[in-house]
Amino acid sequence: MSDYILEMREITKTFPGVKALDNVNLQVEQGEIHALVGENGAGKSTLMKVLSGVYPYGTYDGSIYFEGQECQFKNIKQSENLGIVIIHQELALSPYLSIAENIFLGNERQSNKIMKWKDTFSESKKLLERVGLKDSPETLVMDIGVGKQQLVEIAKALSKNVKLLILDEPTAALNETDSENLLKLLLELKQQGVSSILISHKLNEVSYVSDSITVLRDGKTIETLNAKEEEISEERIIKGMVGRELTSRFPEHHPNIGKTIFEVKKWNVYHPQQQDRKIIDNVSFHVKKGEIVGIAGLMGAGRTELAMSIFGKSYGKKISGELYKDGKQIEANTVSKAIEKGIAYVSEDRKTYGLNLIDDIKRNITLSNLQRISKSSVIDENKEVIESQSLRERLNIKTPTLEQLAGNLSGGNQQKVVLSKWIFTEPDILILDEPTRGIDVGAKFEIYTQINELAKQGLAVIVISSELPEVLGLSDRIYVMNEGRLTGELNKDEADQESVMRYMTGTGGTRNADVN
Amino acid sequence: MQTLINLFKNNLREYGMIIALVLITGLFWFLTDGVNFTPLNLTNLILQNGFILVLAVGMVLVIITGNIDLSVGSVVAFIGAVAGVLIINMNVPVWLAVIIAIIAGALIGVWQGFWISYVGIPSFIVTLAGMLVFRGLTLWLLDGQSLAPFPDSFQSISSGFIPDLFGGANLHIFTIVLSVILSLVLVYLEFNKRRTQLQYNFEVAPLWTTIVKLALLLLAINWFAYQLAQNKGIPTVLVIVIVLIVLYTFIMKNTVMGRHIYATGGNKKAADLSGIKTKRVVFWVFVNNGVLAALAGLMFAARLNSATPAAGNMLELDAIAAVFIGGASMAGGVGTVIGAIVGGLVMGVMNNGMSLIGIGIDWQQFIKGLVLLIAVGFDVYNKNKG
Repeated sequence: MSDYILEMREITKTFPGVKALDNVNLQVEQGEIHALVGENGAGKSTLMKVLSGVYPYGTYDGSIYFEGQECQFKNIKQSENLGIVIIHQELALSPYLSIAENIFLGNERQSNKIMKWKDTFSESKKLLERVGLKDSPETLVMDIGVGKQQLVEIAKALSKNVKLLILDEPTAALNETDSENLLKLLLELKQQGVSSILISHKLNEVSYVSDSITVLRDGKTIETLNAKEEEISEERIIKGMVGRELTSRFPEHHPNIGKTIFEVKKWNVYHPQQQDRKIIDNVSFHVKKGEIVGIAGLMGAGRTELAMSIFGKSYGKKISGELYKDGKQIEANTVSKAIEKGIAYVSEDRKTYGLNLIDDIKRNITLSNLQRISKSSVIDENKEVIESQSLRERLNIKTPTLEQLAGNLSGGNQQKVVLSKWIFTEPDILILDEPTRGIDVGAKFEIYTQINELAKQGLAVIVISSELPEVLGLSDRIYVMNEGRLTGELNKDEADQESVMRYMTGTGGTRNADVN
Repeated sequence: MQTLINLFKNNLREYGMIIALVLITGLFWFLTDGVNFTPLNLTNLILQNGFILVLAVGMVLVIITGNIDLSVGSVVAFIGAVAGVLIINMNVPVWLAVIIAIIAGALIGVWQGFWISYVGIPSFIVTLAGMLVFRGLTLWLLDGQSLAPFPDSFQSISSGFIPDLFGGANLHIFTIVLSVILSLVLVYLEFNKRRTQLQYNFEVAPLWTTIVKLALLLLAINWFAYQLAQNKGIPTVLVIVIVLIVLYTFIMKNTVMGRHIYATGGNKKAADLSGIKTKRVVFWVFVNNGVLAALAGLMFAARLNSATPAAGNMLELDAIAAVFIGGASMAGGVGTVIGAIVGGLVMGVMNNGMSLIGIGIDWQQFIKGLVLLIAVGFDVYNKNKG
């Protein structure tokens, strides 16, 4: 046998209509830090869910060998028993419990169901020393910062005698010092014999700590790079991540761009809870009539936060900056004001923020602009049917009737309902956040066609997307964000995947727009 | 046939409750040898349940927004006490006392709505506190004693009848006239709606289903009116309840405010991002509930002909039960005024019928509890299956 701690062979996982993983192979050596990189949606998280038993044996094809033994995990507990522990991006800690209680959550030190508090605290203290956390184990988790919480998660993993630690974007929410500490800890754990898989978008971190790097793209393994002997450059990794043709097709688009209609100047936003954390840092940008502007960036770059803070200050605290429409400064402090000023925002999460799932299609479509179908506050239901019927035809919403509940529609049709809802408000500036997330290729094309159509009618369209081909295929101009700042602005002809990816990962910073 | 099945399936919630009401009424008709269908008893049924129906109308709005109001029973008592002190102790004219009492109800709604909407305390807590606060204030205001009697003009709120303009001897002719007029209006509205829908080339339900539906409805209305006409005619309480049903059904179904209430309960985050001021919506729904609770309080005091410290005890639970039996959802976003009224009638018919056949208050509570559980359980089961 080899000295691989983990081998995943020919893993294939399909969801209805989508092949999320296609014959993926992953081999992790004993005692190494193995990075897993790829664009959003490349299949990294799915692969880790297969490994940890979130998707139980039988729901995927292929085989998993851990320390030479074939494994058929039915749930997370089974994989944890063997020493495979996954730490998710959203930490799974209970804020009102102490550090020690969190470490042993679900794995309590006990004798006959009675808590052994002395053991709980003394053992946690030892674990905290290993991860270099000096706080008392009795501190409540809510009283420590995100960086320390991440360390508690690792201590929790150590308490389960972890052999293979999987970290999903561990530094996404951390500042630089905390990130550095975390990476050093990973290297220390490596000395102690703990292998780890690191999923990260931050390529500088990846090339700093990794021994090997596996690149996934579109659910396939592209290559595994050996970083033991020589440092792998970020350029090299990017090439593997994006090296493909534009796969999804885009409708033809002949822009007819007019004057600047909307401008954002020196926009700053702070986190709603952690009020010293700056989420949007001095961002300025503009859009012209009939123009489609893309905003690219990795998860956590602040794109959604930027859009929502502009749209009636729906996100964040201590917002400062100026908005201009047609050269005149405007106020949009509430959502209804923003709608009045002709701004529309289609949320990335249609189920939580876009639709009332227990109400029907026509009522969802008209909700944001009931004035248009009512006279002195009384709704004309016939007009409502006519208006929503015409949008249903225009966007080709597939449904037996307009009385169908929004919750019963497929993702693509739900997205079309949300889009109809905002078209119904007759906006001048339309912000689309991940307009095609989780919908099939056919519906995607229809939505792209609508976006082009709207731009042709003179709307200024802003498209936020994590899918690079989508941003490149749709936009006339692209802004790139990284960690709350605009790091680049590219015209259609100068933008390609690699240049955008460089700005996205914050590594290509030849031109740092709006950074003083 | 298929259309009929679909029609039934799509409206299972509404029709299911109406069918349950018919079955329960039929059961008691059988058990009481038809006593529950006598003109006198039908009149009593309305007089006994009027204030619960008023409370249910206010409560269904609160529950659609995803909130709850536990305080209405105490508010009923408090408003009764306010009216008693004003009218009996201070000799304030009845009309003025009624206005003051309604304003007091609105202010109670403002108070509770403020804590719920703008401070963000869960409505369960705020109204649980309100339940204690207003019961306490009632005891203080009445000094622990009952106040009685009220003047006749006040009593007529709950015991009055529409006078017979035609002076019928054994039959209240005006009642018949009104019910015929109402029937004609309903026929006109239904066919007018159908005509406009056809004008717009919308799909309409087959003509015969409309006619059957309308025929059943008219039969029920006219039969009921005929029974009332054999007694003393239409009680004032019934007029109040019908006006409220029509008004609130219209608000919930046809106005922007109604849409905002459903949207707030259905998905608050999405409603916020659609430009709806959800805090304001919830605030006004509580103010409205305060006003309706005050109206119910006046009706209750007038019916008892006294203001007593224990008035309206547990009444909030009857109102809440009526709303849930009527198909509303605990999570918000679902429910209708008509549903709440049907739910209230189910409770009322059971109360009345069980009293008629001499079931003790102990078993009455027991059976009502089980009916609530089964009605909502049936709803949940259907939802999970669908």
